[in-house]
Parts: sequence; structure tokens; C-alpha cells
Amino acid sequence: MPFPILSVIVFTPIVAALIILLLPPARKTEVRVTALAAATFALLLSIWVYFSYDVAAGGYQFIEKYTWLPALGISYHAGVDGMNAPLVLLTGVVMFTGVLISWGIDDRPRDFFAFLFILATGVFGVFVSLDLFMLFFFYEIAVFPMYLLISIWGWKETREYAAMKLTLYLFVGSVVSLVGALAMYFTSGLGTFDMIQLEQAGFSTAFQRLWFPFVFMGFAVLGGIFPFHNWSPDGHVAAPTAVSMFHAGVLMKLGAFAALRVGIMLLPEGARFWMPWIILLTLVNVVYGAYIASVQNDFKYVIGFSSVSHMGLVLMGFATLSKNGLLGAGVQMFSHGVMTALFFAVVGMVYDQAHTREIPRLGGFRRVMPVVAIAFIIGGLVSMGMPGFSGFIAEFPIFMGVWETHPWIAIVAAISIVITASYIIRIVGKVFFGNLPEEFQGHVTDVNILDKIALVVLSVILIGLGVYPAIMVPMVESGVEAILRLLGGA
Amino acid sequence: MSLGTIDLFMIQVILPEILLLVLALIILFFDLILKGEQRQNIGWITAGGLAFIIGAALIFSRPAAEPVLVWGGMLRQDWFGFTLMILLLFAAMITALLSVNLPVVGDRGEYYLLMLASTLGMSLMVSAGDIIMLYLAIETTSIPLYILAGFLTRDEKSTESGFKYLLFGAMTSAVMLYGFSLLYGFAGATSLYEIAARVQEGGLPSVALFTTLLLLLVGFGFKISAVPFHFWAPDVYEGAPTPIAGFLSTASKAAGFAVLARVLFAVFPDLTAQWSTFISILATLTMTLGNLLALAQRNIKRLLAYSSIAHAGYILIGLVAVNQLGMTSVIFYLIAYMLTNLAAFGVVLAYGRIVGSDEIAAYAGLSRRSPTLAFLLLIALLSLAGMPPFAGFVVKFSVFAAAVQAGMIWLAVVGVLNSIIGLYYYLTVLKVVYLFRSEDEEKPLPVPGSAWLALGVLSVGIIIIGVLFAPVFGISTLAAITIY
Repeated sequence: MPFPILSVIVFTPIVAALIILLLPPARKTEVRVTALAAATFALLLSIWVYFSYDVAAGGYQFIEKYTWLPALGISYHAGVDGMNAPLVLLTGVVMFTGVLISWGIDDRPRDFFAFLFILATGVFGVFVSLDLFMLFFFYEIAVFPMYLLISIWGWKETREYAAMKLTLYLFVGSVVSLVGALAMYFTSGLGTFDMIQLEQAGFSTAFQRLWFPFVFMGFAVLGGIFPFHNWSPDGHVAAPTAVSMFHAGVLMKLGAFAALRVGIMLLPEGARFWMPWIILLTLVNVVYGAYIASVQNDFKYVIGFSSVSHMGLVLMGFATLSKNGLLGAGVQMFSHGVMTALFFAVVGMVYDQAHTREIPRLGGFRRVMPVVAIAFIIGGLVSMGMPGFSGFIAEFPIFMGVWETHPWIAIVAAISIVITASYIIRIVGKVFFGNLPEEFQGHVTDVNILDKIALVVLSVILIGLGVYPAIMVPMVESGVEAILRLLGGA
Repeated sequence: MSLGTIDLFMIQVILPEILLLVLALIILFFDLILKGEQRQNIGWITAGGLAFIIGAALIFSRPAAEPVLVWGGMLRQDWFGFTLMILLLFAAMITALLSVNLPVVGDRGEYYLLMLASTLGMSLMVSAGDIIMLYLAIETTSIPLYILAGFLTRDEKSTESGFKYLLFGAMTSAVMLYGFSLLYGFAGATSLYEIAARVQEGGLPSVALFTTLLLLLVGFGFKISAVPFHFWAPDVYEGAPTPIAGFLSTASKAAGFAVLARVLFAVFPDLTAQWSTFISILATLTMTLGNLLALAQRNIKRLLAYSSIAHAGYILIGLVAVNQLGMTSVIFYLIAYMLTNLAAFGVVLAYGRIVGSDEIAAYAGLSRRSPTLAFLLLIALLSLAGMPPFAGFVVKFSVFAAAVQAGMIWLAVVGVLNSIIGLYYYLTVLKVVYLFRSEDEEKPLPVPGSAWLALGVLSVGIIIIGVLFAPVFGISTLAAITIY
């Protein structure tokens, strides 16, 4: 038997969580070191998986399959293809940088890292699952720790409200999808939850058209689709920095990815029928999200709504059901994940020093924390889709795909790029340039070395992907090919 | 049908019941001779004895693949009854463990004696094959429970609890007995399986049969605390000693479900279309009302009472599905629910006895005061909410799957919507536990070793079932197919 690398990645965080829970609460340093060790280990393994994925061969690789509940055809079936290998890497990156940035958490760090790592196991689990039951199993594991992470360590003003809102939205979405999944299971008559087999189930057109909106929208709630995006800015703002990074960076991709894997790939007929409508929703996401972001005064809300806008692009890419659209969406999931993790890290660092996030009150932070300012500018350029940065590699194909299928939507969506540029430039100018207000002088200091490492890691990835897209594009292309085959050649 | 000679096999079948009686006598004996501090050992003896009985039952009383009627048809030996009996014995063992050291009840021999008597009744209930046996078993179960609920005689709430339980119990039991008498009148037999044969021959008026079934449902509905026979549950749970509340909400409920399933499937399979619609409405009401009322609770025991009503509703979904997956998921659900709810009551007990309050607000600061206890409560409540990797997820999944398989997608939807409400109030409790501060955070929170042991066993069980569910699902399937 080959080394079960995906299982090791999936279970490393939860094993680390158990070890951390066994440590005495007062041993805070040991807790942090254990967390960092586990995160580093998971990151290295996910890098290994990413780079040893054989793009030429394509398809699912590193497959592991064990029977779990044979009576119902449930198995533990893990594997990665060109679509999810980048997402596994993304999770590893965000987990690693999230731990670095959370080093300073002093209130019950033991519980914090334990919950964060349970969440990470859920995320890894969803990304590698090839079994529908397994996908739900890990999906729910990823949802509930969020509640505690936000409500305990979050921003005091809104944390209780935001945490409950987020949890209920996501739970409602997932159980709606769950009923659809059960309907698929029994209708297929195959007696298996294996998604590779269910892809060949040949559901009737009527069945697909009936269930597609439930399954797709149920997951897309976590992807932040309009009009169910409302939990996301509130949740992001209320969450502690590392959790916002995880949430916007990884968890929203979880929703988009599951909507793709279960909704589009298992019910392709339904997807073709509904996508012209869904693309309109995503258009609202893209433009309206960007507009709302541009009128916010709270630094973190700007980033929160920018996530809604950018995730709208991912879903819009899916909705084109075309090669370019899907390719761009696949890269955008990775690119936006890293970018938004960077953004939230920066917001957290500024807030920790300034104790305010009101943009008009901030200014001149370039002088005290230059690394942070540079990192934010890099993230901003990615966000605007500048060539040379990963955002361009991702958004350009999406717009091409939309142009091919729905030219008018592409034109309207392009407005968002302008709006994005406007709010990014405004923040850069207002927060990082200008003069440091008097109230901050003296007691605002630079961030520590761990924070800098995290920012450098994230920035390097964004630039690396931008200047050398071949590192990811062919891989995602191979994943897109498989989806297009299910969609009937297109 | 004559009794004939008593052979070894017949003894083997009722070995657990015999041993329970012996254990009860041993407890009486120790109650007389143990003095002072030593009296705390009575609980340990009860728990140890029950563990021994479980072991003995697993070795000597295992049923054959085919069900057999024994003791002149009074009992039916099958995997269904056996599985549930082991479950009940386990619940009794955990309850005894949780009661060790408990003020007022922990060192009283008669407390354990009554608990064992009730367990004896339940273990007969789950395998009764005759309506007379069934009625006797139900009464043997109930009467000691009435006393136990009112055991804290100096506590007004406990007295009220015992009395309320008695009144409701006596009332519903009378209605049920009337149903039994009608059943006998129609069929001319007392054995459930002979009655079933008469019913299947036809000729009996189905309206009359259905009316009889409704009368029986009053009694069973009371046991499982299904709406509209649920009114007693919150008051009784609140007033009763906490271990007994846990016992009532798990063992007593499981025994009630066993009887309900057996009677529905064995005697009334021809009326499936009628009762399945009727019970699906009952399930909807039970889930929805239980969950909605739980939202308003300020006392954790009352909250758990309403949540246990709601869970009865989820389990009913499995019954309504009337397919093998449905019946399997009923047993599967009962197993997981028993572990989970006992764990929840266990934490409530361990914490409540120190702080002297069962108000949810009193749980503020628990996570700082005892992170371990807080985490155990988290496991129990999230499992109740149906979150993986805990047992509650996979059992809810299988119940909803059964409903979808039976084509009752609407019922599965009602179920999932209800679990959202459930998640909300369980999270609200966890919020208090993890988020809010209290002045007592620095005070120690001593938890007796017996309670740690019980909680440890339960939470490990919850996680194991939640992750490696195949063996337990297999046992549930085995039990489910022998019910017919």
C-alpha cells in the first residue's frame, strides 16, 4: 500500500488538536509550538502533494479508498485532481500563516488552536473527498468550530450575533444540500455514495432540474452567493484575524468547491438549465459586493465585502460552464484565498496597533510598519487584477469565459474592476500613506517577525503565480477537462 | 400451550433478569451492613454488578439467528430485544456510576434497589411477547420510577415531579390497559404473535383495530414522551434527581420505543398505511414542538427535557419510514442518543452538584473553571445537535435517509429544519459555557472519579460511534430484521 499522504494531511490537524487539548491550559508556549509544528507538517505535505501531482496523467491521484459503512455504500474515498490539489495547498498555506499570526492570542490559546485545527481537518477532508457522505461529514466538521472561534475570540461588539448568523446560514445550506444528496443516492439505485460512480448515474433531466438549485445553492451559501451572502461580511468582521483568514480564504472556497463537485458535476443537465439564472445572481455579487465595499468606513468590512465580490467571480466562472470560465474560477479560488488571507492578516495587524478600524481615523502606517504596507499593496494589485500578479491569471480567463457566453454580463461585471481599484487605492492612500495621526504616535509599533514571515509567504505566492502561471494553470486545466467531459464535451 | 419442564435454555434467556434480582438482594444486604463512609460503595457495587450482568448476558444469553418464543410465549428471544436489553443495562450502569457520592441519594440502598427493579421491568418490556407480560413489565418499570422521581422528599420540586409522573403514568397506563383488553376481545388471544396472526387472517374491523391502536399509543406515547403526551417530561426531569432524569430520558424512552416498534410491526403490519401517516404527523408535532419550546428554556434540565422530546420525534421518523433502513436507524439512533443524553445529564449532574443550580446562566465560566468538563458538554451537545464527528450526525443521517428512501422527502425536510432549531439552542448553551465570565472561575470544581469514569466511557463511545459506525450499524440491522 502506498503512503496514505492525503489521510495524513487530513488527520494531522485533528490529532494535533487532541494533543493540544491534553496539554495543561497554562502551558501556552507548548501549545503554540505544537500548533506551529503541526501546521508546518501539514503545509509541507500539501506542497509535496501539489508538486508530485502528475499533470500529464490528469485525473484523480493519491487515491485512497476504505469501506466505511458498506451496508449503505459509504466509503472513505480520498483523491485529488487538478481542481482540488491547489485547494489543498491553499489550506496548508492559510493554516500555517494563520498559526503564525495567532501567536499573540493569550485567552485560552489551547482551546483556540484546538478548534482551529478541528476546522482545518474538516476543510482538508472536504477538499479531498470523493464520497458524498464523506464530503458532508467533513463539511459539518468545518462549520461548527467556526461558531466557537468567532463567539469566543471575536470582536466584542458583534461576535455573538455574527457567529450565530453565520453558523445557522451555513447549516441551513448544508442540510438543504444533504436532502438533495439523499435524493440522488436513492434515485440513482446504485447504492453508493461514491461520487465517481454517481457521476455516471444518468439521472433523468427532470430530476436534475428539480434538485440542482437546492444542491447548488445549499453549498453556494458558503461560497457567499447573493442573496445569501449576508452572513459573510458580518462573520469575517467579527472573527479573530486567523479565523477571518481561514474563513474568507478557505471556507468560502469550500462552499464553491462543493457546489461545483456535487452540484455541477453530479447534475450537469440541471446546471445547464439553471446557470443562465445563477449567473445573474453572481453578477449582483460581483458588482454590488464591490460597490458596498467601496462605501464602507470600516477597514475590515471593506475586505469582507470585497470577498463577496471576488467569490462572485468564482461562481460566475462556474456559471459559464465554459472552459475558460471554469479555469479562471479554479485559479481564482486559490488566488483569492491567498489574497484575502493576506488582507485580513493586514487588517488584524493594523487593528492590533491602532485599536480602531475606521479608515478616516487611520493614516501613515507605512512609516511604522513598512512590510505590512507593501504586503497590502501587493494584495491590492492582485485584487485589481493587475498583470504580473495572480489575480490577473485568474480573472482574465473568467472574463473571457463570460464574454464568450454572456457578453453583456461581462461588460457589466467589468465595472467591478474599476470599483475595486477605487477602494483599494483609497485604503492604500488613507491608511498607509499620509501622516500618522497624533493619537497613534509613539505607541504604534512595527509587527513582529512571525507576522512578517506570514506576510512574506503570502505575498511571494501571489507574485510567483502571477509571473509564472504555468505552475498552476495546466493543473487546473486538467481538472476542467474532466468537468467538461461530464458536461457533454462542450 | 403448557409450560412443560423448565430447561437450561429457558433459564439462559432470563439469566439477566435473574441476575438483576440477585444483584438487588445483594444491594439490600450491603445496605444493612455498610456504615458511614463505606456506604458510598453501594453505587460502585451496583455499577460493577451491572457490568457483570452485561458480560454474563453477552456470553450466555445471546439469541439464535431465528427468534424463539419462550416461557409459554411470554417472552420472545430475538436480537432486537437482546440489543435493547444490553443498552438498558448499560444505561442503568452509567446511572449508578453517576449516583455514587451524590448527596441524599448516593448512599441509599433502596435508591439502587428501585433502579434495578425498574431495569428489570424494562428488560422484560423489550422482549415481552404477550400483552399480559407486556403490561406487567411496563408497570414494573414505572412504579419504581415514580418513587425515584420523588426521591428527594425534602425538595418540593422532586415531590411534585414524582406525583406528576405518577398521575400521568397511571392515567395513560389505564387507557393503554383498556386498549389491551380490546385487543384481547377482538383476537381472543393474549400473545402478540397470535393476535398478529388473527389480524392478518382478516375479518377484524380495521376501524376498531385502529382505535385500539390509538389507545395503545397513548401509553407508549407517554413512555417516549411524544407530543401530545409529553407534558410531564419537563417538570419531572427538572424535579427528579439528575441521574434519574437521565435514566428516564434514555432507558425508559428506549424501552418505550422497543414496545412501540414491536407492537406496530408485529401486530399491525396490515394497517401500515394508516398508522404510518398518523405517526408521521405525531413525529412532526413532537419534533417541532419539542424544539420550539426548548428555545425558551432557562433551566438546563428543562432544556434537555424538551430536546429529548424533539429527539423522540426524530426517532419516530425512522419508524414511519417502515423499511428496513428505518427500523435499523431507530435502533442505531437509540444507541447513540442513549450515550449522548446520558453524557449531557452526567455533566449537568457533575456541575450542578457543585454550583447548586441548573440554570443555564449558572454555566458561565465553566470552560475556564473546568475545561475538560466544558469539552465533555460540548461533545454531548454537539452530538445531540447532529454534528460530526460525533454519533449524533450519522444517526440523524440514517433516519433522514430512511425517510427519503420511503419517499417521504417532506418528513426529512421537516427533520432537517428542526435540527437547525436544535443547533441554535445547543449553541446558545455552549456560548454561555465558553464565552461568559463568572466570579467563581477560580474556585475548584471537584468531580468524583466515578463520574469521570462514566463520562469518559460515554464520550469515547460517542466519538467511536460517530467515526467508526459500521459495527454498530451492523448490530442495529441484525436487531431490526428480527423484529418481524
